[in-house]
Amino acid sequence: MKAPLTFDHEPWTVVEAEALRTFPNECCGFLFGHETDEGRHFTEALPVENAQTGDQRRRFAIDQRDYLRAERHALATGTQLLGIYHSHPRHPAVPSIHDLRVALPFFSYLIASTYPGHVERVRSWQLNEAGQFFEEPIQIPSHG
Amino acid sequence: MANLIIPTPLRKFTAGAATFSAEAPTVGVLLQSLAEAHPGLKPHLFDGEGTLRHFIRVYVGDEDIEALDGVSTALETHTEVSIIPAIAGGTSDPS
Repeated sequence: MKAPLTFDHEPWTVVEAEALRTFPNECCGFLFGHETDEGRHFTEALPVENAQTGDQRRRFAIDQRDYLRAERHALATGTQLLGIYHSHPRHPAVPSIHDLRVALPFFSYLIASTYPGHVERVRSWQLNEAGQFFEEPIQIPSHG
Repeated sequence: MANLIIPTPLRKFTAGAATFSAEAPTVGVLLQSLAEAHPGLKPHLFDGEGTLRHFIRVYVGDEDIEALDGVSTALETHTEVSIIPAIAGGTSDPS
């Protein structure tokens, strides 16, 4: 059994706040932290603009220059770029065919299922060797 | 010596190395050197005809090589080169 993902309070709060702020559109951003034998621990979330030129209620895209900045940020801060988050407005926190089509190995893909005024659930997914998503358990940080 | 940043998801093919440095006159030569040093990377960068995969972008400094001379873009000493994968997605159907 894979160890649950753990989070500092701040990155978790940022993901939920961004999902609500951009509703009914999708939000997106990067997740940084450290991976050890004990699992993945996230210390920072970095929101970026949804660069999707079409309907942002159902799609997101991350600008290439934002990706470049994220890799540089990880190198400069001694952290690892461990994942990508985005929201699914009015939809479950389950990867879609569009998510799978361009998914990369290694990354944790956090999805926040969002409805007016509340984030219903946040789940995380990672690609396996066969190119299919499996769910990563999450230990939700306590408030405070 | 050009310095190339390996995108995090592909570092499993470079034994965890975040960067790769080599003497290379062009972007194309640098990418070939990278693929020779880490053969597991090759299918993730190039298709069967040796062309860069369409969801992979390469930047020299802050510029996409597509806006420069493509893989023929010349490299100077200490140039930073980055491999950038496409990041996108969305929900399944209209709501």
